[in-house]
Amino acid sequence: MNKKINQKIAFLLFKLFGLVVIGILIGILGFISFNGLKVINWEFLTSNPKEGMTSGGIFPAILGTFYLIVGSLFIAFPLGVMSAIYTIEYAGNGWLIKVIRMMTNNLASIPSIVFGLFGMSLFVNKLKFGDSILAGSLTLGILVLPIIIRTTEEALKAIPDSYRTGSYALGASKLQTIRKVILPSATPNIITGLILSIGRVSGETAPILFTVAAYFLPQLPSSIFDQVMALPYHLYVLATSGTDIVATRRMAYGTALVLIFIVLLLNLLAALIRRKIEKKSKY
Amino acid sequence: MIQAKNIHFYYGNYHALKGINMIIDKNTVTAFIGPSGCGKSTFLRLFNRMNDLIENTKLNGECLINSHNIYDKQVDVDELRKQVGMVFQKPNPFPKSIFENVAYGLRVNNMGDKSFISQQVEKSLKAAALWDEVKDKLHKSAFELSGGQQQRLCIARALAIAPEIILMDEPASALDPISTSKIEELIHDLKQQYTIVIVTHNMQQAARISDKTGFFMSGELIEFSETKKIFLNPDKEETQNYITGRFG
Amino acid sequence: MIKNKTFKSIIEKLIEKVFSISGLLTSILIVFICYFLFKEGIGFFKNSTIENGYGLYVNSKNKNLNLSSQDLKQIFDGNISNWKELNGINKSIEIIRIDDVFSIYSEEEIGENYENLSSKTSELIANKEGSIGFFPIEYEPKGSRVTKLPTNHLKLSDFLRGKEWLPTATPAPLFGVLPLIYGTLLVSFLAILIAVPLGLGVAIYLSELASASQRKIMKPIIELLAGIPSVVYGFFGLVVLSPFVQKIFNLPIGETALTGSLILAIMALPTIISVAEDAMRNTPRSMREASLALGATHWQTIYKVIIPYSKSGIITAIVLGMGRAIGETMAVLMVTGNAAIIPHSIFDSVRTIPATIAAELGEAPSGEAHYQALFLLGCVLFTITMIISIVSELISKKSYKKY
Repeated sequence: MNKKINQKIAFLLFKLFGLVVIGILIGILGFISFNGLKVINWEFLTSNPKEGMTSGGIFPAILGTFYLIVGSLFIAFPLGVMSAIYTIEYAGNGWLIKVIRMMTNNLASIPSIVFGLFGMSLFVNKLKFGDSILAGSLTLGILVLPIIIRTTEEALKAIPDSYRTGSYALGASKLQTIRKVILPSATPNIITGLILSIGRVSGETAPILFTVAAYFLPQLPSSIFDQVMALPYHLYVLATSGTDIVATRRMAYGTALVLIFIVLLLNLLAALIRRKIEKKSKY
Repeated sequence: MIQAKNIHFYYGNYHALKGINMIIDKNTVTAFIGPSGCGKSTFLRLFNRMNDLIENTKLNGECLINSHNIYDKQVDVDELRKQVGMVFQKPNPFPKSIFENVAYGLRVNNMGDKSFISQQVEKSLKAAALWDEVKDKLHKSAFELSGGQQQRLCIARALAIAPEIILMDEPASALDPISTSKIEELIHDLKQQYTIVIVTHNMQQAARISDKTGFFMSGELIEFSETKKIFLNPDKEETQNYITGRFG
Repeated sequence: MIKNKTFKSIIEKLIEKVFSISGLLTSILIVFICYFLFKEGIGFFKNSTIENGYGLYVNSKNKNLNLSSQDLKQIFDGNISNWKELNGINKSIEIIRIDDVFSIYSEEEIGENYENLSSKTSELIANKEGSIGFFPIEYEPKGSRVTKLPTNHLKLSDFLRGKEWLPTATPAPLFGVLPLIYGTLLVSFLAILIAVPLGLGVAIYLSELASASQRKIMKPIIELLAGIPSVVYGFFGLVVLSPFVQKIFNLPIGETALTGSLILAIMALPTIISVAEDAMRNTPRSMREASLALGATHWQTIYKVIIPYSKSGIITAIVLGMGRAIGETMAVLMVTGNAAIIPHSIFDSVRTIPATIAAELGEAPSGEAHYQALFLLGCVLFTITMIISIVSELISKKSYKKY
């Protein structure tokens, strides 16, 4: 039976491909964890880089990434949620909404380096923020805006229309309905989007290259117009332009592990919340 | 000849068929009628093991075709489905040309060369009374046909691989009256060569086309006999009620 | 009570306006990005072919010269030694830079405030028939025996057709985008070539073969692959993949187009898998059943019915994967070796458009030709990804009516 054998071979191949993908992930995570765990300790997480980044820690980079997360989401989160509320709750279904949706998709597809160029030309040069937390946060904020808009839109769409009509029937206005009924029930899903955005912000390098990131800073930033170090850029620097390859490589493994750990943790958190929502909606 | 012996079928915990016995003769048209959810479609789909595709189901009992248990471990399901054709409720042509739709079964089963395939396609389309309408546009998309034509195309597709048995799951329920009557004529003609089992919602249809009729309710076969008898003089009260519209 | 209500409705209206403005935000941002990118990018063409503030001067006897940037590079690299080769007089070429003037004349002769510098440059060019001078315009040589070479604006055709990217060459930097475009396309296409079979295989596995529990394991793994930052991929490529490639193929260096493609393939996988899987899952049950009922095997059903049916979704998946690969910056920057040369094989070092921007923008002074050239590269990249995004949207919207 020729066709039976074909099927066996094809299916075996696909299973193999699946295993390859699992293998790739385990390979990357395993390799970086194996080498990184040897480096990570309390000092590594809490002290400044020392001796040309061959020893010491990565605290300023962790702090810098934290500032950028807070800064970019402080800007993008409210705007993204409001934008999604408009498209789902107000805009109806005309041509305008199609244009908006297409633009949001397009924004999501722009390569991150282009955001870097844009941020440099508008925030750093034109508005004269200089290389600063402000310029970097704005750039990263624009980058994650489509993610927040999309997840919020999905969250709002998932709310049954009966909630809305029920609220109107009780004499609530549209705004009250959104505030008291729709947003509270959409919150867990919106939070998932927020977490995914944090993951994205903490890992992006290209947009911060020319808007905020510093190679090395002797002191911690004191205002939003200061430069910061950031984890992904720090990893890039350690990996490509260290003075002593062997000594900086150790630091690079540690930084990569911290970065992956953050992303893993955020993904896990988002997955947990999603699962919880799915369970709840069964009842 | 199809023979069902004490068939029990479960969707998860739901007991969908409850001990059904039936014998269907060669070259006859057998109709299954009954209210929605009575199990008639489930029963039909047992004969070409279409229910295998649904997860979490269980079958007890035996189902024999030409005295072979089709649920035996050695049975090649693809071969079985080649012998037992099926036409579905909604016409479901593939997104391919008319020709390729009919040729599909021949190709996937490696049946014959090019010239045989084109002969067979023509023969099947003629048998399905569609040839005259499509002979000039065989290589156009099947989606350009009307709903009734599409359904006859699906019948031609089933005929092309020369099955012994054709299962029809409410084949006319999505069609207009004219297309429906064409399909009914077709079924009548096909009886000479094939054993046909048809599920229908439409009692008049069952009365018009079938030799024998089975009435199902709540997963049980209430009554199974000559169509005339079922419609004129049924043994069971439930059948009587359903036929005369006093059901429910 | 009534008054209260009108007050409330005014607030409602106001907030609705705020919402609608934020709804338009993404569109406004796209317009902004376009504006800033293209404003700087188009500014590139206002620059002259040689460095700002400088001029090129030859002896007046040397006529019929029409030097391109390429010619100038050849002259200053010493690859052309006689003017004859460039349609000029039969004299060997002598290059004079402003530094040379200071070594030929003493400080007194030039003067404390360089007041005589201009006359000295004039003297040098006038006396040497085969000379070419590259001087700041402030100290340009004058007189009837000196000709200033005409300078042109940088041209789009030179940008698009130039085979060399040497943005810091003097006197005439070369901004030929071809090596970068070839590099980008080579790396991306190779990546897609690797990722598509693998990705579609996994998509088929997930949508057709995997049990519910296997899916539960695979889906998060794919999400995680998508979540790993590109700089981590780059790092992994640098320390693991690139030595590996070097060893296996016995190459002088491991940072090659192939290495970049392998990393990009991994990065494009999650996009391809999830979009293609969605498309295949959306194939109607009736199609599947019709095929199986005709005696087709599961695999025949997959490749004869399900894959053709979900064709547009699969193409969208490939196009989106391509978009991801073309725009990726950091990982590629770290593993492809960054040689701005037109590649001849997959084992050559290449440099992609995004990597060029990332590597050079830090060194290019704002407002100069080099800086603007990088924005022009940004425009190219932006246009390519916009086209990809719109094309994929059109494909995925295309109805299944046609076969």
